[in-house]
Amino acid sequence: MSLELKDERVRKVPLLSKLLSRPELGAIAGTILVFVFFAITAGSSGLFSAKGVINFLEVSAQLGILATAVSLLMIAGEFDLSVGSMIGFAGVIIAIPPIMWGWPVWASVLLAFAACAAVGYFNGVMVVRTGLPSFIVTLGSLFMLRGLTLGVTRGITGRTQASGLHEFSDKDWITPLFAGQLFRAPIQWLSDIGLIEKRADGMPAISGIPVSIIWWIGLTLFCTWLLTRTRFGNWIFAAGGEPNAARNMGVPVARTKIYLFVFTALAAALFATIQVLVTGSADTLRGNQKEFEAIIAVVIGGNLLTGGYGSAIGAMFGALIFGVVQMGIFYTGIDTDWFKLFMGATMVIAVLFNSYVRMRAMRSR
Amino acid sequence: MEQPLVELKSVSKYFGSVIALKDVSFDVRAGEVHCLLGDNGAGKSTLIKTLAGAHVPDEGQILVGGQATRFASPKDTLDKGIATVYQDLALVPLMSVARNFFLGREPLKKFGLINQFDVEFANQTAFQQLSDMGIQLRDPEQPVGTLSGGERQCLAIARAIYFGAKVLILDEPTSALGVHQASIVLKLIVQSKARGIGVIFISHNVHHAYVVGDRFTLLKRGKSVGTYAKDDITRDQLLNLMAGGKELIDLEQEVAKLKNRKLQ
Repeated sequence: MSLELKDERVRKVPLLSKLLSRPELGAIAGTILVFVFFAITAGSSGLFSAKGVINFLEVSAQLGILATAVSLLMIAGEFDLSVGSMIGFAGVIIAIPPIMWGWPVWASVLLAFAACAAVGYFNGVMVVRTGLPSFIVTLGSLFMLRGLTLGVTRGITGRTQASGLHEFSDKDWITPLFAGQLFRAPIQWLSDIGLIEKRADGMPAISGIPVSIIWWIGLTLFCTWLLTRTRFGNWIFAAGGEPNAARNMGVPVARTKIYLFVFTALAAALFATIQVLVTGSADTLRGNQKEFEAIIAVVIGGNLLTGGYGSAIGAMFGALIFGVVQMGIFYTGIDTDWFKLFMGATMVIAVLFNSYVRMRAMRSR
Repeated sequence: MEQPLVELKSVSKYFGSVIALKDVSFDVRAGEVHCLLGDNGAGKSTLIKTLAGAHVPDEGQILVGGQATRFASPKDTLDKGIATVYQDLALVPLMSVARNFFLGREPLKKFGLINQFDVEFANQTAFQQLSDMGIQLRDPEQPVGTLSGGERQCLAIARAIYFGAKVLILDEPTSALGVHQASIVLKLIVQSKARGIGVIFISHNVHHAYVVGDRFTLLKRGKSVGTYAKDDITRDQLLNLMAGGKELIDLEQEVAKLKNRKLQ
């Protein structure tokens, strides 16, 4: 089976129709549109200065970490509405033990990941065993986790927040993994040759690339590889596309879904770890509505709500749009009250566009 | 006479008080198409499921290659080379042809320490296998949803053959298809036969069955009416047997009566 055979017998598909069949096309087009829009309206405001770029990338990165995992789960045909509460839950697990009982921070981070994995496993098993829609099961988890977090936190600390973690985390070896900055030297160099602006005191405007951005890109690449180049990826698509057919062909649909619930929960724990170690505090209300923001990013990214179709790259662009718009509105000086209106409308338009593109792709080939 | 690939010997199957199959014998040899005909409720589904290993017969024997066998599960049956293509085809419309072709049996390639899904091999093999069957794909990565009904049926059959099926059980493969689409599938059945595969073709469409069939077994109310070689029976005789000539005549009389009543 040589390459010649492939050339000879596989008709070349026109580039445009090949592009149109990619799920992330809409999100890429949307990203360009959003960039052009803010380049015109906020071009001089500093949104596209080094500092502004890092600002919106950081917002995108945190949401994107969540969105990539949520996109895999959605492709497998399930939702997880509990990720928002899971962030608050994981946050207090990380913050309280070091502050109250002197645990090392790495131990409480590990505990948070383990606890979230357990909750994710519980969600997955409930959905798979009972056959209830994941919407209902994880809606239950959403409220249960929030209530549990609130009750336990107030019971232990007497308040709903835990602050002052920096004191403990700054010397812990685990902190640079989640809250550090990378590429300080190249940034300094870029600043020296004048590509990155300097602050008044002569230091570069940004000191490095936040690790969260690396996590985001790394996770997206990993998920893309998982989806397109592994057996498990094939099972994810099949589990969401036609679970019965998948089962008949011997695909372990239930196991695939449970793994993805656990993976989503771990992404929520990663989100919380980054947030708590960067800010040095935890709040029981953290992560509120993140489940919806993640779904918006994933859907803007071209993932089909009913499962079976989508990509992690799309979710990455969805999160990027989210970050750019959120920071862009701030930089242009438009009242940020309008942000949610804009995001909601963007999602609806994205879904309309995506379903049109998919219809076209299915027909024209 | 050549030994059958798979044989049911006076098999009976009961569901509580219902007699689904009574004393039915059925077999298929290499390189023949054996059609199983019957109306709804005749016991076709029960017979297929027994052959596919989903039901264990209450009486009688299943022989594979002359050996008495008990199928532990549908998977076990598949491992013995008996593949069933059900009406839902077990295809995922949003996934590519190649990915569907290898669904659940993905080819792997070492990538460092990790086993990767071998996309190139999957694409080339699926394309090659289908084109050998006379199905020209535009692109192995096109979604199954873009294929016609007949092409989908062929994909499911080609997949079963590629994974080593010696006996193919096709459950109503042409019933939901138009004339042209059905003819694609019928051609593929003949091709499978030419490859030495034993095909069990379940249908209630005598016209389709008669074109490709070598032998015909009729089921009626859980019992076998008989097995006929193609030389021994004409299409009309088969039709009559199947529809039950008497029933048709009764029906005609009743319809006539109804018409008369309306006129009065």
